[in-house]
Amino acid sequence: MGIVRTQDLVYEYIRRDEEGNVEGITTAVDHVNLDIVPGEFIAILGHNGSGKSTLAKHINAILNPTEGTVWVDGMDTSEEEQIWDIRRTAGMVFQNPDNQIIGQVVEEDVGFGPENMGIPTAEIWERVEESLKAVGMYEYRKHSPNKLSGGQKQRVSIAGVLAMHPKCIVLDEPTAMLDPKGRREVIRAIRGLNQVEEITVILITHYMEEIIHADRVFIMDGGQVAMEGTPREIFSQVEKLQELRLDVPQVTLLSYELRRRGLDLPDGILTAGELADACERLRQKNSGR
Amino acid sequence: MSIILDHVSYVYGEGTPLEVRALDDVSLQIPDGQFVGIIGHTGSGKSTLVQHMNGLLQATSGRIYFNGQDIYDRDYKLKNLRSKVGLVFQYPEHQLFEIDVFSDVCFGPKNLGLEKKEAELRAFAALRSVGLSEELYYQSPFEISGGQKRRVAIAGVLAMEPEILILDEPTAGLDPKGRKEILDQIRKLQTDTGMTILLVSHSMEDVAEYVDRIIVMNKGKVMYDDVPKKVFACYRELEAVGLAAPQVTYILHELKERGFQVNTEATTIREAAETICEAIMMEE
Amino acid sequence: MLRDITLGQYYQTESIIHKLDPRVKLGGTLLYIISLFLFGSYLGYVIAAAFLGIVIRLSHVPFKFMVKGMRAIFFLLLITVGFNLFLTPGRELVSFWKLTITAEGVRMAVTMAVRLTLLIIGSSVMTLTTTPNNLTDGMEKMMKPLKVFRVPVHEVAMIMSIALRFIPILMEETDKIMKAQIARGADFDSGNVVQRAKALVPLLVPLFISAFRRANDLAMAMEARCYRGGEGRTKMKPLIYGKRDRVAYLCICLYLVSGIVLSRLIGMATGY
Repeated sequence: MGIVRTQDLVYEYIRRDEEGNVEGITTAVDHVNLDIVPGEFIAILGHNGSGKSTLAKHINAILNPTEGTVWVDGMDTSEEEQIWDIRRTAGMVFQNPDNQIIGQVVEEDVGFGPENMGIPTAEIWERVEESLKAVGMYEYRKHSPNKLSGGQKQRVSIAGVLAMHPKCIVLDEPTAMLDPKGRREVIRAIRGLNQVEEITVILITHYMEEIIHADRVFIMDGGQVAMEGTPREIFSQVEKLQELRLDVPQVTLLSYELRRRGLDLPDGILTAGELADACERLRQKNSGR
Repeated sequence: MSIILDHVSYVYGEGTPLEVRALDDVSLQIPDGQFVGIIGHTGSGKSTLVQHMNGLLQATSGRIYFNGQDIYDRDYKLKNLRSKVGLVFQYPEHQLFEIDVFSDVCFGPKNLGLEKKEAELRAFAALRSVGLSEELYYQSPFEISGGQKRRVAIAGVLAMEPEILILDEPTAGLDPKGRKEILDQIRKLQTDTGMTILLVSHSMEDVAEYVDRIIVMNKGKVMYDDVPKKVFACYRELEAVGLAAPQVTYILHELKERGFQVNTEATTIREAAETICEAIMMEE
Repeated sequence: MLRDITLGQYYQTESIIHKLDPRVKLGGTLLYIISLFLFGSYLGYVIAAAFLGIVIRLSHVPFKFMVKGMRAIFFLLLITVGFNLFLTPGRELVSFWKLTITAEGVRMAVTMAVRLTLLIIGSSVMTLTTTPNNLTDGMEKMMKPLKVFRVPVHEVAMIMSIALRFIPILMEETDKIMKAQIARGADFDSGNVVQRAKALVPLLVPLFISAFRRANDLAMAMEARCYRGGEGRTKMKPLIYGKRDRVAYLCICLYLVSGIVLSRLIGMATGY
């Protein structure tokens, strides 16, 4: 059984007017089925309002399903008594770096989770040290979070979750408020978690270039999973992506445009290097003729 | 209608060990009707720079001229300047406060001392120019979507009918769809009204296809100031200061290095596709 | 800029005073303040000043930095001195216009000035050498017995430390919203009281909304990190008295006793 599994997950919320009368019902998540294998790097992509953040909040038991079930490491998230075990198994990093750092010193913030879990003092220090080292923030351990850059703050938040020794980390648009440099730092740290620490990663984002390294990608639209596959499979469907009005990377767009103009290039090119290689092969083939 | 910055520096904490030169001897001229991108990463001084242009921050040294007048002149009215140079801050939706969208947009024109009717006319025009649908005009600004809030906030500045519009990272935090919509709307505004627009951003890719001119800021200094193609040609130097040229630039340079006869100045997908096709045909 | 302002103005450096348990510093400060009122003679103040001098020396905080923070309070000090100087009845020394300076007045003024100066510097040594977080921890632990009376000690301490973390963030936000509204023609500096109060609406509404949004986000983030109140929590930096702290307590007691004894004895001998 997967580390995170959802079955026919539905989440509805009721919109009310000023007097509290029901105005209507919005289905934010609409029959979603996921089965995530331990150690996988999953990316969930979609627009604001596509239901991706609502889905994420179910994995950490912040929200409970209206219909269907969510299991985290075999535990049903709707069972009240398991809630703390679920939260320590599936950690969560949020969008706004300022609104999730509790400590006034970096190391104290990272220690917050383990403190809540009742970990003995000596072990907290070990965990804080290794977590900060894992995200490359150890040298900042005595700093005030207020003086760090956005990317650094998000890495501290990731370390804070890592110190709880989760099996899975859900990151809800961790890069949305960062500049390109900060985004690169955070994505690098996330890949490190997945590859070095072997933690299951569920990255929620609206930047397409961030999903290139994922094992599997889910694209959400209107509360449903609209596309699913490896990044290569996803990127080869340029028209469908454009239809969903997603931000297709320029390399992919360019390859698509070149293919449309009759160049014999392979499907789903992801990087500039790959495109150059493909062009070179094409040249060799042509000159060999 | 032009802004001239003459050797402007802005230093805070002068004389202390914490001294920071947020702007370091910046000289610029922004002529009428130009669409300018100001690019730099966080802390490069780009936001500080634009806050000087409407007098919110005062330079520690140097002069700023608006339409030929020195804005630091004792009898120069800064309030007047602020109505001519509209500044939309980062995450402008955080400044909304009125009970409905329409009254919020009226706030600016009312502060200019306009009559109620005139203020309302301007608010209508502004809301229409940001493409907000009419059924939202009388909703609370806190109950509409993020992209809509941002449009309302931009309309709030437009309603003052500025001659120059400065937008500080107008797309920050929006999803790709929202980003494109806002940028398209700004371009439309520029072509329709011929207004001078300054777009502050940390993303080259976002602004590349929109602007006529790019000013790259780094450590408080102007690093480059040229047309986009010329600026992107220095992609290695940009990389070194934490910025990136559009991906197309990288692909074309990579191909050039491998001996393809491509024109590396292409910035859009179509231009790039054309030059690559030509290069490959030529080989045959 | 605004983010650099921290409450209590903690001064980062390495020193034995910095390393002391916050409870020692809290208790010590309290005892020191009491001592200033117990020692009733000039010798007492000399001892108090000497003690403070040693502590400041040990704390490695530059004296200049300390005095800089006192400028605002200096005015208050002047007023107090003035009141005491002119309004204390007694043996007349000098008199001009309607003001009379008495011998008792001079003594009172000097005493008050010395007491207040020592008191302010003394308590600033505590805030300068203790991080706000550490201070909250210390208070939490010291007030723990109050739990019996259903005082939510942990919650109060948590609220304090979160407030301390968010003050600089909200200050910066205020600055930003203010600038944004000024850019829309708002005027915060002119008009009468009513107009000025009204002008604050465009600043306060967004600020409150932002504060609520942040509070909401923070609560969610804390729950996601398994926070469920003080029950069953361990401490990353538990407060345990070490040898250093016991020695410090001893020093404070020694100071207090010797101060009282000496100042009283000599006071009696000289008649002061």
